[in-house]
Amino acid sequence: MADTTESHGADGATDAAHGAADAAHGGAEAVGMPQLDFSTFPNQIFWLIVALIAIYMILNKVALPRIASVLADRQGAITSDIAAAEELKLKAVEAEAAYEKALASARAESAEIIAAARQEIQVELDEAIAKADAEISERAAQSEKAIGEIQAGAMESVEAVAKSTAGEIVSALGLSADRAAVDGAVAARLKG
Amino acid sequence: MEGDIANMGQFIGAGLAAIGSGAAAIGVGNVAGNFLAGALRNPSAAGEQTATLFIGIAFAEALGIFAFLVALLLMFAV
Amino acid sequence: MADEVYKDDGLVFHPMDQFIVTPLFGGTEVHWYTITNVTLWLALAVAAIAAMMVFGTRGRATVPSKSQSIAELAYTFIHKMVEDVAGKDALKFFPYIMTLFMFIVFANFLGLIPMAFTTTSHIAVTAVLAMGVFLTVTILGFVKNGAGFLGLFWVSSAPLPLRPVLAVIEIISYFVRPVSHSIRLAGNMMAGHAVLKVFAGFAAITAVAPISVLAVTAMYGLEVLVSFIQAYVFTILTCVYLKDALHPHH
Repeated sequence: MADTTESHGADGATDAAHGAADAAHGGAEAVGMPQLDFSTFPNQIFWLIVALIAIYMILNKVALPRIASVLADRQGAITSDIAAAEELKLKAVEAEAAYEKALASARAESAEIIAAARQEIQVELDEAIAKADAEISERAAQSEKAIGEIQAGAMESVEAVAKSTAGEIVSALGLSADRAAVDGAVAARLKG
Repeated sequence: MEGDIANMGQFIGAGLAAIGSGAAAIGVGNVAGNFLAGALRNPSAAGEQTATLFIGIAFAEALGIFAFLVALLLMFAV
Repeated sequence: MADEVYKDDGLVFHPMDQFIVTPLFGGTEVHWYTITNVTLWLALAVAAIAAMMVFGTRGRATVPSKSQSIAELAYTFIHKMVEDVAGKDALKFFPYIMTLFMFIVFANFLGLIPMAFTTTSHIAVTAVLAMGVFLTVTILGFVKNGAGFLGLFWVSSAPLPLRPVLAVIEIISYFVRPVSHSIRLAGNMMAGHAVLKVFAGFAAITAVAPISVLAVTAMYGLEVLVSFIQAYVFTILTCVYLKDALHPHH
């Protein structure tokens, strides 16, 4: 090709003597552009087809099925992982619900226990209060009775003292008083 | 002398044909610019249209390549 | 050629020399079976694809390694593209489309290695790819839909007098498809590499050498982008054509 370029260049540089050679160039060889050198076409086309078939075989038999299976595997792995994650999430939700339930029941139980204890205590307390009330009222009654007795005793003594005192006073005044009359007057006075 | 005139014609023709490359550049710029204007106005629809953009650019550029080819043929093959 | 004119200044452009097909093991004749640099770079592309898609995924790990995730990224990228653009019933063509994409993207990227040969910069290569797509789509369309496939050219949503005109246009555009499909890829690759070569040629002049190196660097970055985008575009257009074949009534 190098020498053909030279001769072609000579066409441009030298004069009209090369007119015939020029025409020959344009027709048969077409050497200016290697792309238009038709003598190399069968060679290029043959090797191109060989190469294309080789690439097609490589891709179709080995590479593409392999990549497709890898991609499918990955897709499968991702889907199953997502499903597993979904399941785990569901389980977590379930576990939370169970925990909540357990907590609620524990709370209810404790409330029950508290209520029962309170009830028991209340009953005991009520009992104790009632007992204490009874005792108190009994004692109050006793003491009232004692007070009443003491009061009655005191009244009697007061009456006796008043009677004797009145009798003494009357006699001291120089009068002789009738015992019965004095007693009657004192009693009337005291009742007054 | 005759060959020189023929050569001159070839070179002038090749140079004129090269103008076509500039015209193709205008075309490609038009396609890309209008795509950009549309894409900025509605960015959500732009992604799907990139294929159309490249097809448009390819068609516009092919004609410039034809002009270039004519220039090459004039320079080297005629 | 213009470059010879400047030969005396030491400024030599050979932008197209990088595309020359030469036999690797001596000789000048290129027969159809000759092992050439085309063969070498095609073989490297096959090896690179095998390394990425087979060796890279050997772990079959559920949590992918770096190489495996690149392979998976390529897989899902094309898988999604086929499904989105061409529909679910096009997925049986997924290995075929994947082959096209992997081949083009690796040929493009390998071609960016300095001193490499870019197989996809040759019309012969891209034309075979595009014709393959064209024939597949056309045959598939007629097998799947019978004569109904011709409905693709009869735009039933247009007013009746316009339809024959539109049919002519549609038919022309249908048959231009493989041409533009192949020339787009080859032209992009060829243009990028030729421009790189031209900029690199300017580096021979000391005054502009730094600018030239900068320009080559910038162009190289652009070419990396273009390499991928062209593979993407080729693949997505294949999907679009496939959709036309499977569902001609749009």
